[in-house]
Amino acid sequence: MAYETVIGLEVHTELKTHSKIFCGCSTQFGSEQNTNVCPVCLGLPGVLPVVNEKVIEYAVRAGLALNCEILPFSKFDRKNYYYPDLPKNFQTSQQDLPIALKGHLDIEVNGVKKRIGITRIHMEEDAGKLVHAGNSITDSDYALVDYNRTGVPLLEIVSEPDLRSPEEAKAYLEKLKSILEYIDVSDCKMEEGSLRCDANISLRPVGASEFGTKAELKNVNSFRSVQRGLEYEELRQAELLDDGGKVIQETRSWDEARGITVSMRSKEQAHDYRFFPEPDLVPIMVAKEFVDSVRDSLPELPDARQKRLSEQCGLSEYDAGVITASRAMADYFDAVVAEGADAKTAANWLMGEVSKHLNNENVSVADCPVKPLALAHMLQLIDKGTISGKIAKTVFEEMWASGKDPEMIVKEKGLVQISDVSEIVAIVDAVIAANPQSVEDYKAGKQKAIGFLVGQIMKQTKGRANPEMVNKLLVERLG
Amino acid sequence: MDLHQQTIEALHAALSNKQISAEELTQDVLKRIDAVEASVKAYLTLTPEIALEQARAVDAKIKRGDAISPLAGIPGAIKDNICTKGTRTSCASKILDKFVPPYDATVIEKLAAQDAVMVGKANMDEFAMGGSTENSGYHPTHNPWDLAAVPGGSSGGSAAAVAAGEAVWALGSDTGGSIRQPAAYCGTVGLKPTYGRVSRYGLVAYASSLDQIGPITRTVTDSALVMNAICGYDAKDSTSIAADCPDYTKALTRDIKGLKIGLPKEYFVSGMDADVEKAIYQAIDQLVALGAEYKEVSMPHTQYALSAYYMIAPAEASSNLARYDGVSYGYRGEGNDIVSMYKTTRSEAFGDEVKRRIMLGTYALSSGYYDAYYLRALKVRSLVKRDFDRAFADVDVLVTPTAPTTAFKLGEKSSDPLAMYLQDVCTIPVNLAGVPAISLPCGFAGGMPVGMQIIGKPLGEETILRAAYAYEQEHDFAARRAPLGEGK
Ligand SMILES: [Zn+2]
Repeated sequence: MAYETVIGLEVHTELKTHSKIFCGCSTQFGSEQNTNVCPVCLGLPGVLPVVNEKVIEYAVRAGLALNCEILPFSKFDRKNYYYPDLPKNFQTSQQDLPIALKGHLDIEVNGVKKRIGITRIHMEEDAGKLVHAGNSITDSDYALVDYNRTGVPLLEIVSEPDLRSPEEAKAYLEKLKSILEYIDVSDCKMEEGSLRCDANISLRPVGASEFGTKAELKNVNSFRSVQRGLEYEELRQAELLDDGGKVIQETRSWDEARGITVSMRSKEQAHDYRFFPEPDLVPIMVAKEFVDSVRDSLPELPDARQKRLSEQCGLSEYDAGVITASRAMADYFDAVVAEGADAKTAANWLMGEVSKHLNNENVSVADCPVKPLALAHMLQLIDKGTISGKIAKTVFEEMWASGKDPEMIVKEKGLVQISDVSEIVAIVDAVIAANPQSVEDYKAGKQKAIGFLVGQIMKQTKGRANPEMVNKLLVERLG
Repeated sequence: MDLHQQTIEALHAALSNKQISAEELTQDVLKRIDAVEASVKAYLTLTPEIALEQARAVDAKIKRGDAISPLAGIPGAIKDNICTKGTRTSCASKILDKFVPPYDATVIEKLAAQDAVMVGKANMDEFAMGGSTENSGYHPTHNPWDLAAVPGGSSGGSAAAVAAGEAVWALGSDTGGSIRQPAAYCGTVGLKPTYGRVSRYGLVAYASSLDQIGPITRTVTDSALVMNAICGYDAKDSTSIAADCPDYTKALTRDIKGLKIGLPKEYFVSGMDADVEKAIYQAIDQLVALGAEYKEVSMPHTQYALSAYYMIAPAEASSNLARYDGVSYGYRGEGNDIVSMYKTTRSEAFGDEVKRRIMLGTYALSSGYYDAYYLRALKVRSLVKRDFDRAFADVDVLVTPTAPTTAFKLGEKSSDPLAMYLQDVCTIPVNLAGVPAISLPCGFAGGMPVGMQIIGKPLGEETILRAAYAYEQEHDFAARRAPLGEGK
């Protein structure tokens, strides 16, 4: 039977506030275990939480960037469950009145654009981390708890079940990450756990309106795993249904190494979280003026920026999309253009040499050793004909390695392009004179011979001769 | 009279005039503790070294000629659910048997700023759940007026310490009457401030939306003095009220002419002790004689308050007490895995009353029951609040008995939790509404003290203190001391 896949995503993102959500402890990642803790985040008897107002501001930022409605009156609730890394054995979260509701974001898969609904965004505190003594939970004699992460602020962003394929899920995640980075509320580092994703996936016969039974996929910690895990589930559930079986509602975890999903717990073992309003915190009132001021402070978001780059700078929609996918890349691009470089050349260089170097050396755009001003200067040298595009690659290598100014490199290494006709004519004539056989071959109709001659000229000028002029003059002279 | 039986007011004067030293006073209280603690058992932890050190520091100040604050050098008892840095805070529970907080509650910091002296941590019902201090995980406390009777609860240790001369003042906490009811049973003055008036930071939570710290003292003036020290907004407690505190002693003018008193008829319940009722009516006559006017008012939802309370308080408690799991501090039971460790820890270290309320609260919050129990209780709470709003549109204060009877005998009600819960019937609505109320002695019945409750509007502490003070000045109830150790 043909099935339609239905996917909804729950994304947890750690906010990059300097302090935790309910106390003043640092949120620094990678600190020594249990050093970023205090009585409040340890949940010691008698302590009380106080909301970090930056968290509310960041939540509002995210809500507005994702086109949500910001609730003027929301509140925190307690979600009760026992887990050793949760010091109070309840998590302060939001249940019935989250800070933001009903938003959306737009994705594009294989040239098809689609709008994905966002159900809600709510704030909550992170739990700590268990460190097992052995290699896995089952062969450990004991476990230790690191509470550094306890109380780090999280946003949970819940999508509508609008996604219809693993590719769409991946595109949604990429877009979400891009937006969160643009508005500067999260690092979105999946490897550090600052962006985490749980996925709900179900299948239904094509044309059916009711949802099938879903499985929840947990612990997927890269975009690739999300896609792979969902692809696996699509197949597993389809085979199960084809065999007349039933999908059971359960939580499954993605085993990256084996490339399969494994059952964690079924619905019967599911928690009753016993939500109720957090009595230690007063309700959150967000004034309209505050929402307006946050809205005014939002930067240009990826979609708007892509549109601007294609309309104003004449980039193709694809190129503009690639460049604006990351805010750092788009900022770099804008800076290069602002320094006077041609937009299209800049885009080509960014997607070409610059990206290649960044990827090879695993460096982020923000830390690129070649600064936008320097790249702009180099592109201008090409434009002016001072260096050829080919030489530019050599210059760029040197800029990357030494951080030197391109003009300096060109001067020091004598890389200035020779565009003086008389100088080139002299060399052309000398090469013709020295290679009579090739001249004869050319005259006999062997086009390859001209390549050899050009090569000889370039060799003599160390590649500095203006290639267009060399070609033109050579053809004239052999004419 | 002995130093340990004096008021804060009198002792402050004696210290300021250098008639006595703070060390001498503290030694006297410690001596009194030595003499009577074995029969009263008001304390869980005694801190004589800390007390003497604090007292000597005050003496040094006096010697230098520095002015001292009203509580400076005056020994007090702190209920054992208020965190004290470096001093064991057990909440009278085995589960926190060895718990030594690494921080002070805000009220403790405030008292330290006043140079008050702490002689010890007072006994209580475990996690403040109970009305008799018989539910302490360690030992019951005895009523200094009759050692066979309970001191009330859950701040029974605090009230008994003050009544027995084992402390000049004490801090208690009040979730459903836990300051006022023991104050009444022990012939002392107990004040539950407006919710949010005193920071809860460092008070080990029972039911967060109801708990409030307050003083237990010998006189209304002393109550005002302790309030002056502990009142105020605290950035560490988001439910605390951002308003300045007045000097409460300025409210004690004796002038209550024209004060409108409401008598809520629903509080004069059947089953009330006739002598208690008589004492309250006499007290009301007295207030009228002083110029107050009174009228009967109706608070129709009072009858549902007790039920609502026994949904809301256990629900919050079930969540607040979830952290006592043996993982990071406190008692840890044996277990082969984490779940069995949780189970043995909580089974072995919590007492019956605590378990009863955790189960009740867990049930009330369970999916499928939430709407029927917890949510409905919240609705009742709103109605109870509305009763108060309506009543206070007509009157300035409400006067009721603090408890329907005087202190009952130890063991008398411990097998019948429901009968025990009924002792809080007059005090519970006040916590649901978050308003302030004071209990002060208004007579004796069968040799045991009777308490009168005066309830005020939100932030109306000055008014209830003024009314209580005016009444107190007409009687010698505040000067009477439990017969303990005198002629026995
Ligand atoms: Zn902290």
